[in-house]
Amino acid sequence: MHAASRDRMTPEATPAPSAYAMWLRAISITSVAMLMASCSEGVLDPRGPVGKAERVILYDSTAIMLAVIVPVIVLTLVFAWWFRARNSQARYQPDWQYSGRIEMIIWSIPALVILFLGGIAWTGSHDLDPPLPLQESTAPLDVEVISLDWRWLFIYPQEGIASLNRLVVPAGVPLRFRITSTTVMNSFFVPQLGSQIYAMPNMVTRLNLEADQPGTFEGLSAQFSGDGFSDMRFDLVSMTPEAFKEWVSTTKMQGGVLDAGTFEELVKPAKADGAQTYAQVSDGLFDSISSGHMAALSPQRGQ
Amino acid sequence: MFGRLSWAAIPFDQPVVMIASGTVGFVIFCVLALVTVKGWWPYLWREWITSVDHKRIGVMYIGLALLMLVRGFSDAMLMRSQLALAAGHAQGYLPPEHYDQIFSAHGTIMIFFVAMPFVIGLMNFVLPLQLGVRDVAFPVLNSIGFWLSAAGVLLVNVSLVVGEFARTGWLAYPPLSEVAYSPGVGVDYYLWSLQISGLGTLLSGINLTTTILKLRAPGMGYRQMPIFCWTALASNLLIVASFPILTATFAMLLLDRYGGFHFFTNDLGGNPMMYINLIWCWGHPEVYILILPAFGVFSEVVATFSGKPLFGRRSMVMATMGICVLSFLVWLHHFFTMGAGADVNAFFGIATMIIAVPTGVKIFNWLFTLYGGRIRFTVPIYWAIGFMVTFVIGGMTGVLMAIPPADFVLHNSLFLIAHFHNVAIGGVVFGVMAGISYWFPKAFGFTLNERLGKAVFWCWFFGFYLAFMPLYVLGLMGATRRMQHYSNTHWQPLMLVALAGAVLILVGIALTVVQIAVSIRQREHNRDVTGDPWNGRTLEWSTPSPPPVWNFSHMPQVDRADAFWAMKQQHGTAQSRDVKRTYETIHVPRNNPTGFFLAFFAVLLGFSLIWRIWWGAGLGLLGVIVVCLTQAWRTDGEIEVPAEKVAAFERLHGLKESAV
Repeated sequence: MHAASRDRMTPEATPAPSAYAMWLRAISITSVAMLMASCSEGVLDPRGPVGKAERVILYDSTAIMLAVIVPVIVLTLVFAWWFRARNSQARYQPDWQYSGRIEMIIWSIPALVILFLGGIAWTGSHDLDPPLPLQESTAPLDVEVISLDWRWLFIYPQEGIASLNRLVVPAGVPLRFRITSTTVMNSFFVPQLGSQIYAMPNMVTRLNLEADQPGTFEGLSAQFSGDGFSDMRFDLVSMTPEAFKEWVSTTKMQGGVLDAGTFEELVKPAKADGAQTYAQVSDGLFDSISSGHMAALSPQRGQ
Repeated sequence: MFGRLSWAAIPFDQPVVMIASGTVGFVIFCVLALVTVKGWWPYLWREWITSVDHKRIGVMYIGLALLMLVRGFSDAMLMRSQLALAAGHAQGYLPPEHYDQIFSAHGTIMIFFVAMPFVIGLMNFVLPLQLGVRDVAFPVLNSIGFWLSAAGVLLVNVSLVVGEFARTGWLAYPPLSEVAYSPGVGVDYYLWSLQISGLGTLLSGINLTTTILKLRAPGMGYRQMPIFCWTALASNLLIVASFPILTATFAMLLLDRYGGFHFFTNDLGGNPMMYINLIWCWGHPEVYILILPAFGVFSEVVATFSGKPLFGRRSMVMATMGICVLSFLVWLHHFFTMGAGADVNAFFGIATMIIAVPTGVKIFNWLFTLYGGRIRFTVPIYWAIGFMVTFVIGGMTGVLMAIPPADFVLHNSLFLIAHFHNVAIGGVVFGVMAGISYWFPKAFGFTLNERLGKAVFWCWFFGFYLAFMPLYVLGLMGATRRMQHYSNTHWQPLMLVALAGAVLILVGIALTVVQIAVSIRQREHNRDVTGDPWNGRTLEWSTPSPPPVWNFSHMPQVDRADAFWAMKQQHGTAQSRDVKRTYETIHVPRNNPTGFFLAFFAVLLGFSLIWRIWWGAGLGLLGVIVVCLTQAWRTDGEIEVPAEKVAAFERLHGLKESAV
């Protein structure tokens, strides 16, 4: 390439300032709007202690990292701009390639950041370990969760009832989940309450969550499980403990029995549509499912 | 007779598929007809198909990757447009059984058949030239590696027309990928095409590792080796160490599917969690297999266009090899949500973060390479600076997800999708594009059009931000990956922005094609007669562009890093690089069709196994064995290039050069 053609190119590297300003404004407006949108739902709008603790971790660690990343981005652009070939004021040091002092600093900065974040990761992993019971004075509510093709079944062993595709819980009471699957893997996730965990066949995973206040929060499967996956959503309805008691007794009156026979119908692949409750659940259903004794029930998917 | 294969395998009832495959078929037919009419077959056979020249093979790898980029990106456009439409009660235009194939194919193609051939192609082309040697260690093996990758590509694309592709996601987790839940041929297409191309990648990894370890110019110790070679060494060591895991894991899944075994099934003692561990034992190193060579490209580009050596070379080498080792200690961070327990999660979280230290050091090294430079703003440096700005954001979100409790809410969300596209596009794609525009003149003897190159960069740069920043936000709002439709209409505006970003990237890809066409037309104007268009620092720039088959007429003597820069400093100009004027006879490897024939029989074998056509599989296997044995008994592996021919080439090049 000829030197002349190279010179011709350099001015294109620098669009006019007005174009920059326009871009900057457009970008900042969009990002603010996007941030505001994200704060009003999902994991940045938690409604329980687990989700709130996780939001603190998200914010803290992002802030720590931004403290390094923003200067790096700015310095990259500043250095690139200042040391452009046409800038006669910039000092060209064609042989400069080592400085022990800078080397020490550039190893230390990321190391220190990671030291901080490593601490957060260690304590966070232990404090928010999904099977760890929440430290509350109230006795927890047990819920057994079974992922089907492509629906969610919730069994309340203490109450002896069950609910399909709708999880009703009392607000302010710790929820102790045991989770399994009759089919492929899924992931049990209610974004506004916090942690998710896999639902796996022949295995039981445990998760502890809590809803602070009454409300309806969307729950979903976060692990792809086949054609009906996108509809594998449910409502988590949190209500006052009194209302919950009432819901339990209404459910018991409404009838419906969940036993091996009805369960056989449930494991057939079907898209999630509408909720349903069961007044009676045969004992040990969850355990026989999670230990694989019901494996013969799960039908093969057609081609 | 034909196993499961029947006319029903061809989706005549799906107009989208039929039109797409019809068009592709028509284009292929036209190209083949053109080649036949023009009588180009002998040329293609002699100069490309049977070539064992690492430069030709490198170019073919990159051509293959560009072609597959178009395929993989078409899938991306389908997904983005589907999600822009399918909000609320709308279901979009792609039903789940089709949409699931598209995202599975997108991931599989982009990683295995775009990113991998791009990176391997660059390494193939550049390594021997930078190392100052005449070829790779095993030239025939090199050709075989390429053709096996091409065989995998062919099988994946056949699945578009004959049968179906996997509907399981790009890693085909069992039990979903087991016969019980995926009885069709989709997963078999996935497994066999990746087994075949994976073998090709492993062979290529062995070849390039050996090349770097055993073949270097006289005087080039590890301390004098160019930084791209270091990153390539790390990358190829990772290939050699990790691809056998992939092959073994897939072999077990194949036994489950074909032989009724129970490695990963739900019942009879199978354990799907084992597959997930194994696949990520390969999968995480794979990430570094792709990104490390890109880091190498940026190191070369930043140093060259800043006009000074790379800052902190030793740090860079240590960081590279550190990442190489650490990459095997982090796989579990892909499934913190599987319930491993606090200690295990914390260990893998922290191990993951530790990788951010050497990576951060690299960023600082490039930053201080810019410092004190005299930076020429050519296309490659655009990509490099765009990378530095973009990649740190992806690094940040990656470290964020390495914190297990943060991952509990971000796992499998669109935030994750945004993160890995942030590092895959901002890192690997930008690196490859920088590498292509940087080394293009070396390969073809003329530079690419700069104006269009910059337009391509801006399309990708802004397109990336438009397409993936909304996905970060959507992920925080609770949107998961792989959903075919969603009920929350709040998400739709952001999905539309993401679609706009994808369209911008599409413009970038179209402009790449225009750029190549325009550059070919202007080639006389942009001719690189000196062989050193960028005022380069490493040995590849000491050869003419394009280099002769034998690369170096005299083996270069090396005594430091940036060897060519030092030669230019000593001699004043590049012209005096060849002071000796006597030449010797050079031996170069003879053309070899083994790779092509192996690929032919591998496709037959793979296709027959997919459709359970057992006689076809037997024929394919027999063919593979016969071709291998034929190759094993070959003795005429080399031809001589007489000294006069070398001298004549150098004289001609010297004339051209002095005419400038």
